[in-house]
Amino acid sequence: MPMDRGSTRAQGAAPVPPYCDHCGEPAAGGHAACATARELEPPRFCPDCRRRMKVQVVPTGWTATCVEHGTRHG
Amino acid sequence: MPQILDRARARVLDGGAGLDQAEILEILRLPDEDLPELLQLAHDVRMKWCGPEVEVEGIVSLKTGGCPEDCHFCSQSGLFASPVRAVWLDIPSLVKAAEQTAATGASEFCIVAAVRGPDQRLMDQMREGVKAIKEAVDIQVAASLGMLTQEQVDDLVDMGVHRYNHNLETCKSHFPNVVTTHSWEERWSTLTMVRESGMEVCCGGILGMGETIEQRAEFAAQLAELDPHEVPLNFLNPRPGTPFSDRPVVEGKDALRAIAAFRLAMPRTILRYAGGREITLGDLGTREGLLGGINAVIVGNYLTTLGRPATADLELLQDLKMPVKSLSATF
Repeated sequence: MPMDRGSTRAQGAAPVPPYCDHCGEPAAGGHAACATARELEPPRFCPDCRRRMKVQVVPTGWTATCVEHGTRHG
Repeated sequence: MPQILDRARARVLDGGAGLDQAEILEILRLPDEDLPELLQLAHDVRMKWCGPEVEVEGIVSLKTGGCPEDCHFCSQSGLFASPVRAVWLDIPSLVKAAEQTAATGASEFCIVAAVRGPDQRLMDQMREGVKAIKEAVDIQVAASLGMLTQEQVDDLVDMGVHRYNHNLETCKSHFPNVVTTHSWEERWSTLTMVRESGMEVCCGGILGMGETIEQRAEFAAQLAELDPHEVPLNFLNPRPGTPFSDRPVVEGKDALRAIAAFRLAMPRTILRYAGGREITLGDLGTREGLLGGINAVIVGNYLTTLGRPATADLELLQDLKMPVKSLSATF
């Protein structure tokens, strides 16, 4: 069953996810432009499996749901 | 002082009449050194004909993505390789979003759907949603659901929707370069029905979609002819996967010149900062726009992208001694 996952994780505890949540490409190799874009955009790709997520933006936040890895919010 | 500013002062500030297309073009061609004076004039016009209040609005997407139209700027078109997936917002979440918007002091809450026009399912969802919001929250409800039939216009009036947004997006001569699946005239037709229904007309567009300066002036003049209650002014935020993904962002000074020009074309309208201002103008530009003709803002996030925190805009309004328009002032 998908889990609910907040956007904040314990520092040092979580491994680096394998995919960029902005472009869906492998996270290795640097995604500076994606990080800049993400300041004004919600994530679109699941960082764990690169599936496109269902994203709902509301005036005060967003939720992004991967069918396999659950819902993130910010 | 450039002659056009003298004429604008007499015609717009003193007389309350908007500039015509040729005059708007002159404004858009003013050099950078005249920009401070232009913005001051636009601000004076706004203060005289609209007052110091700022209308604050939140927007939310009831149905996101999967749109059959090909608006080249839009990440919600199902025809482009955009990462935006189709999703519907449920009614409890819609009401919660309205409550959170009202908590910012906003008087307006606009429900938006990415569709060509509403089908029965969407109209049913709207009826249920508007009713639930009105029972729970003290806020004005607006809607943006694409092109309407007369029956749908009547239904929205019956639901208590007080304002309808339908952007012309750009001027008539540039529209075919932006949208090919429907026409500028079809949009105008919906706007005409909305006006005749008694709902307030909200109609604006997006600058930076490859239009010339002349076409920017044409657009302002066409909006002035429509005489909408509100004009939301967006600046293109190029979206990945759309045909306009590689367009350059509008330069800050050009954006401010356009804000002032649109104010001088429509001295009495609600001129709202909408999407794209964060990347075009940043924090400083938001302040300059509010001192250059803007008298309304969308607070918080947009439909698929994120905006400045509502608190940042509200603190700025406090700094500028611009009161937020209260709900009672809208009746």
